[in-house]
Amino acid sequence: MIPEDSVGIVKPQTYTFAQNEPFMLESGAMLSPVTLAYETYGELNAAASNAILICHALSGSDHAAGYHEGEEKPGWWEDCIGPGKAFDTNRFFVICSNVLGSCYGSTGPTALNPETGKPYGLRFPVITIGDMVRAQVKLIDRLGIDQLFCVAGGSMGGMQVLEWAAHHPERVKAAIPLATTGRHSPMLIALSEVGRQAIYADPKWQAGDYYDKPQKPDDGLAVARMVGHITYLSDESMQMKFGRRLQNREKYGFEFQTEFQVESYLKYNGNNFTRRFDANSYLYVTKAMDYFDLTEPTGTLAGSFVHSADIKFLVVSFTSDWLYPTYHSKDMVKALTAVGADVTFLDIESSWGHDAFLLEVDTMTQLLGSFLERLWQEENEDQRLKINGVAREQS
Amino acid sequence: MSNLNSFDRLRTSSSILNLQSLRPDLQVVARLIPAQIRVLDLGCGDGELLDYLVHQQQVKGRGIELGEQEVLACVRRGLSVRQGNLEEGLADYPDDSFDYVVLSQTLPFLDNPEMILREMLRVGQKAIVSFPNWGYWRCRWDLMLTGKIPQAPDLPQSWSDSPRWQALTVADFMKFCRTVEISILDEVYMAGGRQAPVGTFKNLLATTAVYVLTS
Repeated sequence: MIPEDSVGIVKPQTYTFAQNEPFMLESGAMLSPVTLAYETYGELNAAASNAILICHALSGSDHAAGYHEGEEKPGWWEDCIGPGKAFDTNRFFVICSNVLGSCYGSTGPTALNPETGKPYGLRFPVITIGDMVRAQVKLIDRLGIDQLFCVAGGSMGGMQVLEWAAHHPERVKAAIPLATTGRHSPMLIALSEVGRQAIYADPKWQAGDYYDKPQKPDDGLAVARMVGHITYLSDESMQMKFGRRLQNREKYGFEFQTEFQVESYLKYNGNNFTRRFDANSYLYVTKAMDYFDLTEPTGTLAGSFVHSADIKFLVVSFTSDWLYPTYHSKDMVKALTAVGADVTFLDIESSWGHDAFLLEVDTMTQLLGSFLERLWQEENEDQRLKINGVAREQS
Repeated sequence: MSNLNSFDRLRTSSSILNLQSLRPDLQVVARLIPAQIRVLDLGCGDGELLDYLVHQQQVKGRGIELGEQEVLACVRRGLSVRQGNLEEGLADYPDDSFDYVVLSQTLPFLDNPEMILREMLRVGQKAIVSFPNWGYWRCRWDLMLTGKIPQAPDLPQSWSDSPRWQALTVADFMKFCRTVEISILDEVYMAGGRQAPVGTFKNLLATTAVYVLTS
């Protein structure tokens, strides 16, 4: 039974480009062809002025809202996308595409290398957040959208939002970076590297050439995901969620089995992840995040945003997020204020850690909904003034 | 279905439709601000003043506010507000980013008033400051007669409440402005919840003082 406030049954689509002219990557490598998987919700208006691009996080996909035929689980941001929700599909045309390098239908290490006829594996070129966004620009061009009403996303999605604002400012009216950073910190790189090392250490990884083998490096990928899950929680949320409770037993077994609930949770999520994600993609996408640094090349964040002064920003951080602590967002706000951009900033009190951007639904709905409502009203006011101006000129 | 209802409630709309619906001291401040200029409101609370200025006076308004709920309320009013303390927030703005920077009823709570006032006049051409006047005759009477620290008439708060405040009077502030060479362009005084002609006896008769300052 699909709820009334859902966009309902949705179907992923694909867009393939760079068949003839290769897509040049930041590293200098070439990629041809490039396919992006994407979904859209709502209708694009005649002026193509109501489009919102949603950017997903590390393990996310283009399936942000609604239900795939025959599936019970909705898209990853169902809480916020739909008729009457924060990203109101009665008003907006919402787009979400799977990032380059991922494994949900967009070109990545699992795709066939046209030179060999086999999956790329590690022969896939290393990509950056900048590359992901330039691929999204191609998609937006294709959809006939000159300027996005808004780009929004959390975590790695937030990095893409900032990349859009910094390097494609004329294509964006408003930007909503959530629980993210303008510059991946050494701690974040370290955590990424632990995940990658877990994958390298799995003998089934086979230097990335496991696609024709009976077994994939699931053990390594599961450990990488467990590390990830720890970083998405907080000390407090783990206390609340698991405490020191034991799983299916009354007392310690004095053995190396899964005993604590928290262990069981990690193991379950780690294993689950191997059924839906590719180990090589994990390497590529985490690497892209590690390279992300908007203080390059000028030395300051503000330097990257000099052309972003006309964009309206809503920056949100969460008090218990130790993965992307509030100071990352404050640095962003500082830089954006310095260049004269219109910035709204809120550090939401939450005990859910990094996951809060998906879990604090009420606050997020109020914030996102009110922010978008304000932009919508300002936009209509601007249009009205423009039309009046033209009418006056003509008379 | 409940989602639709909850979203309807968050649609932004200006709740401050005219000057008279503002808090009295904010009415005085609002009257001092011309339409269609750039205003930064420090400690803007739930955005009452900015709501009026932005939506009724076409002011380009920004706010800085420490409280999460207050910032959320501002966003719901369709305002652009940053959460944070004034020191950090002010430092981010380039010189002359605003025509007016407003500090209403917050002066007694500042750790470093001089620094904030200087910063206000760096990022703005002019500053508007309002504060409760502890020089008001009733405050003096209270202290003299009862021996207790008087509460500000327009901002009553016990000494034991947080945040910590520093009492000041009209005379203190005027002397301070002379010392640090800040010019007073305009001054308005309130008594009994409305603008009042207090004349030379302002330090004795005013409950709240409002100044327009420039460097």
